[in-house]
Amino acid sequence: MNNPQLNAKGELQHLLSIEGLPREILIQILDTAESFADVTEREVKKVPLLRGKSVFNLFFEPSTRTRTTFEIAAKRLSADVINLNIAISSQTKGESLLDTVANLSAMQADIFVVRHNSSGAPFLIARHVKPHEHVINAGDGRHAHPTQGLLDLFTIRHYKKDFSALTVAIVGDILHSRVARSLIHGLTTLGAPEVRVIGPQTLLPNGVEALGVRVFHDMREGLRGADVIVMLRLQNERMGGALLPSAQEFNKHYGLSADKLALAKPDAIVMHPGPMNRGVEIDSSVADGPHSVILPQVTFGIAVRMAVMSIVAGN
Amino acid sequence: MSLLIKNGRVIDPASGRDAVGDVFVADGKIVEGLKGKAEKTIDAKGLVVAPGFIDLSVRLREPGQEHKATLESEMDAAVAGGVTSLACPPDTDPPLDEPGLVDMLRRRAKALSRARVYPVGALTEKLAGTALTEMGQLTDAGCVAFSQANAPIADTQVLWRALQYAATFGFPVWLRAEDVWLAKGGVAHDGEVATRLGLPGIPAFAETIALGTILELVRSTGARVHLCRLSTAGAVELVRRAKAERLPVTCDVSIHHVHLCDVDLGYFDSHCRLEPPLRSQRDRDALARGLADGAVDCLCSDHTPVDEDRKHLPFAEAEPGATGLELLLPLALKWGAAHKLALPATLARITSEPAKVLGVASGRIAPGAPADLAIFDPQAVVRVAPETLKSQGKNTPFLGYELAGRVRCTVVAGNVVYEG
Repeated sequence: MNNPQLNAKGELQHLLSIEGLPREILIQILDTAESFADVTEREVKKVPLLRGKSVFNLFFEPSTRTRTTFEIAAKRLSADVINLNIAISSQTKGESLLDTVANLSAMQADIFVVRHNSSGAPFLIARHVKPHEHVINAGDGRHAHPTQGLLDLFTIRHYKKDFSALTVAIVGDILHSRVARSLIHGLTTLGAPEVRVIGPQTLLPNGVEALGVRVFHDMREGLRGADVIVMLRLQNERMGGALLPSAQEFNKHYGLSADKLALAKPDAIVMHPGPMNRGVEIDSSVADGPHSVILPQVTFGIAVRMAVMSIVAGN
Repeated sequence: MSLLIKNGRVIDPASGRDAVGDVFVADGKIVEGLKGKAEKTIDAKGLVVAPGFIDLSVRLREPGQEHKATLESEMDAAVAGGVTSLACPPDTDPPLDEPGLVDMLRRRAKALSRARVYPVGALTEKLAGTALTEMGQLTDAGCVAFSQANAPIADTQVLWRALQYAATFGFPVWLRAEDVWLAKGGVAHDGEVATRLGLPGIPAFAETIALGTILELVRSTGARVHLCRLSTAGAVELVRRAKAERLPVTCDVSIHHVHLCDVDLGYFDSHCRLEPPLRSQRDRDALARGLADGAVDCLCSDHTPVDEDRKHLPFAEAEPGATGLELLLPLALKWGAAHKLALPATLARITSEPAKVLGVASGRIAPGAPADLAIFDPQAVVRVAPETLKSQGKNTPFLGYELAGRVRCTVVAGNVVYEG
């Protein structure tokens, strides 16, 4: 099966998932992001790499943070950015996904940044766009959120330098999390020796071990000796049904509190893809504490998205 | 009209006959010999002459879904695939829950004089799983069995009553075993592939739990139940034990489930969006083995034409189903070859065995049997492509495959209805 993300030369044509990307491409993206990290610190925060190119943000599902960081990243590369909140336009008029894309393609798009609530939607779009157009997945269903995964990898590399001796614990709702899936693939590709997932059976997908992770149900046991702790957002609608009894009970077992954090390595970092539910999956004392790198993650996210857009547009 | 088919390799799975010879047809039936010269002669040298194929699940999409397929297009596809009898599930729009609808469908099919159509009536009104249909009147109108197609009966009491009622009159009931609650929201087999792709899963036990319930109700009511589209290794074992116990059950699998598994979803290939979902390699192998050793009785196409727009969607939103009528023979041959079965044993799964389930006299080449025949070249290769398929549905995971087994001639009731 051809990897739909790579062109005939094996270069990145679309970014759809971290799974299946060679290590070299991941490193290339992280290194390129490193070079852009300085740009975001400068007084004039622009480089002309995408001048004259059009980036269409196609959000079929609402998002503030991801859409904004893509927009900033594109603008810093000097691209023209068009934001389309499809959730409240064509979809309600019954236009099909592929018709929407074909119409935008006729408006001379270069890059489509796509978020969709259905797993695999960006793959469908990538199969139908023109050869010079690129698709970047900004989150599809439960499947993947590769730029989030890459910014998580970037953050980990920034603080820990090297993946080869790391223990990373990912905690919470793994079942519904595209962030977790993308990060797991990234970590295993870059050679992190121990990736743990921690959660109740109801929030762990069947066969998750096959992704190369160790499963823990006891958070204290799972956090022991961790270098990196990634807390996942717990959506409110998961509560009070058959998956979880209540937010309070989830917090008791799987919320990151200072005393649980103390079981990890003394220099452990705490990450969260946002938006946080304070007092549910993470206590404020930890979110705002010295181990937290949650805000730097957001900053790095811009550099990583600049890197991805400049690389695909250059291929 | 009389017909002579000469010099073919005549295979009759029911009797085990497999020898080069002639087949004689008069007045729509197979006969020992002809008085005088045949009105038409077909030279079948180098070809196999077999009973026409019997497909236990073919959606013709009429009434109500003519944009997906019409009786004309699908009956053309049937005979091009050597299928001379087919059972159609009741999930039309409206469902086949009234004698008038069944009667109309049968008349329309008959007027086309191609394959024989056996409607399977709805077990419950509107397939809603609450009130029983008028099974007696539907039987009079031509229904051969009663089914929910893929619609659930959530209320086990209704299922129990339906089986009691059907058993009272000896109506066969065809059921697909799936626990509606466990399957809720799922679109793929709950396993590593669905986990990786982030697709909501349907666990294998959604099938085995429901099957356990059905078998217990069969034990209690004595209803004759045909189990449709088994998809798991566990279900094959349960059926095997039920048969050993002499419960009145039979079962089938689809051509997709003996050849494909969840890994074939690849990068969200919506052609693999099927009901039941493609399961693990282990399940696929158990189904294929069960079909070879007799635990599974029949192979069907589960023909479900879907229009392109409904497949050009993200995996979970795509409409389930695949076209299959024209692939039944080649995929049966491929399965048989993989299990080193002789041709008669392979063909039994699409001829004599489904004939038993339907309770019809066709499916065999014997004097007095209806002259429904498929004459095919087992070596000739068919390339599966939209332009080679007669069905209006071009949706199949087998697109691009090259498969051995090409139908050259199809005969229904002594009339040549297809030559290719």
